Amino acid sequence: MDITVNILLTIATAATPLLIAAIGELVVERSGVLNLGVEGMMIMGAVGGFGAGYLTGSPWIGLLAAIIVGALFSLLFAVMTLSLATNQVATGLSLTLLGLGLSGMIGTSFVGQPGVRLPNLDIPGLSSIPVVGRLIFGQDPVFYISISLTAAVMWFLFRTRTGLTLRSIGDSHTSAHALGIKVIRYRYLAVIFGGACAGLAGGHLSLVYTPQWVENMSAGRGWIALALVVFASWRPWRVLAGAYIFGAVWIGQLHAQAFGIPVPSQFLSSLPYLATIVVLVLISRNKRLTMMNTPASLGQPFVPDR
Amino acid sequence: MKKLLIALMTTAAVLSVAATAEAADKLKACWVYTGPIGDFGYSYQHDQGRLQVEKALGDKVETAYLENVSEGPDADRAFERLAREKCKIIFGTSFGFMDAEVKVAKKFPKVMFEHATGYKTGKNLGIYNARFYEGRYVLGQIAAKESKKGLAGYIVSFPIPEVVMGINSFMLGAQSVNPDFKVKIVWVNSWFDPGKEADAAKALFDQGADIIVQHTDSTAALQVAEERKLHGFGQSSDMIKFAPNAALTSLTDEWGPYYISRVQAALDGTWKPDNVWLGIKDGAVKLAPFTNMPDDVKAMAEATTKKIAGGWNPFTGPVSKQDGSPWLKDGEVADDGTLLGMNFYVKGVDDKLPQ
Repeated sequence: MDITVNILLTIATAATPLLIAAIGELVVERSGVLNLGVEGMMIMGAVGGFGAGYLTGSPWIGLLAAIIVGALFSLLFAVMTLSLATNQVATGLSLTLLGLGLSGMIGTSFVGQPGVRLPNLDIPGLSSIPVVGRLIFGQDPVFYISISLTAAVMWFLFRTRTGLTLRSIGDSHTSAHALGIKVIRYRYLAVIFGGACAGLAGGHLSLVYTPQWVENMSAGRGWIALALVVFASWRPWRVLAGAYIFGAVWIGQLHAQAFGIPVPSQFLSSLPYLATIVVLVLISRNKRLTMMNTPASLGQPFVPDR
Repeated sequence: MKKLLIALMTTAAVLSVAATAEAADKLKACWVYTGPIGDFGYSYQHDQGRLQVEKALGDKVETAYLENVSEGPDADRAFERLAREKCKIIFGTSFGFMDAEVKVAKKFPKVMFEHATGYKTGKNLGIYNARFYEGRYVLGQIAAKESKKGLAGYIVSFPIPEVVMGINSFMLGAQSVNPDFKVKIVWVNSWFDPGKEADAAKALFDQGADIIVQHTDSTAALQVAEERKLHGFGQSSDMIKFAPNAALTSLTDEWGPYYISRVQAALDGTWKPDNVWLGIKDGAVKLAPFTNMPDDVKAMAEATTKKIAGGWNPFTGPVSKQDGSPWLKDGEVADDGTLLGMNFYVKGVDDKLPQ
């Protein structure tokens, strides 16, 4: 029983940064903006979070700093693509490159320093209930944030007027503009929200998952988050499912290897990617529904005419 | 996408070499790393070697380096750029730079080239490598003494001879203490991904291993060991700070002395292409202080280290292959060629080698 609980906890830790970054990007893309800079914002959040935590000794300040750094970094993207109407793909890519390089430079003095770790939640009595105790009441704080964030985004996008407005902007910015909606303002807020989420995901990496700073420590997780959004056809609960399927298959294959199952490890390592794609393709087979969910003006620059 | 990124980054890295003013009497020594120098692992240790050169030879030399250079065709440009920038001696520190260095070395016959962990040489191209397996034998002995369950978890990157050699040497060391010692192996197919390494460590601990060994570069696995109050070994650099209660020792690379001697030779005009495989006795492979273990285990580890430094090879017979067929006869020592091409396990490794 203990091993099952341990496996589930490991899966949750692996899925959490993917889920947070992907949920943030989902909101950005729902507003019609494609930000390929997730990896860059994530790594900036990781270095910012580690640095603030290390210097102040408080992992909570670290986490807050990660969110702020991610948001500020995304502001750069917002100014370029929204105010100056640059190409979103190129700008997003350069944001990633800039983030990877800049974080390495900022982090030079943090290399080889043990950081601080965000403690797991521990509610006396509740956390020690067998099995469910640790799963429900004993995980790291970011895990709870990630789940609440997903629920909040679902509610916001599909149950509030502002969410509806945001989605309409993503579908047709010209119509929304004609209706007097402040397209650029909405998009600014969406991009900053996405940046804050990516930063938080990075903070999870350097304060919970592997409490340390090393260059490139995000190791492509931003790209996986980006892919999850597309495969989840812009539905929050599918992003949740995708992140957890990815995490589960990844941890499962490690256990399969340790158990000695005679399957080539290269194949096992590619399984998480394959499984996630297959499952998400299966659940989004309905073409009409997928079309409906795809933000129609995704990636197109918008210059309001006065 | 990742390829494109790497290509872009290489270009950026190449462009960022500072065009320093050329002092006529200074010798310019240059390095090419495959990873970031901030990895606190393999590339970091090479860069520490470069810094030692600067310190030891002072204003007789100036140094430059390129980091994050991807292996393969992009490496050509990196080496060529350095050669054009008047580097007199260039060290390529990764296996994958081999063909690039061979090519560029031919183009610049007056520049001295050195390549780590490869096997191709040339008129102005020498090679150097380190016998990491020597240290892994000692780790195996410590693991067998310290593991209560007689089971270690081993996190590995890619099935190349270097890694297979390490697993075998570790097992021979462990078996010399406990003939029934077992190891569980997990391939993460990456040299460097802290998250993956941590997950692998958790999986191995969950399946009963109580000691962790790694042939990947980050400190993540050791941190998991610390959290679970179990033990492990550091890799490439001394990682004790990350696991003050869990780290038994670290298997570290010490390139400085070699780099200093080679750059000195270049200064003296006595440099010739070399083919060296340095081990514990040369100080290129070092074990960090033995910690968190009883005195008798420490004494054993120190004695074994001394024995290897004295010239004893961990791959000394009798040794059988995994299937039980004999490999080395009693007293027979494996030759370097076999080791450098090793693609089989020794007896007692319970894993199928990915081909």
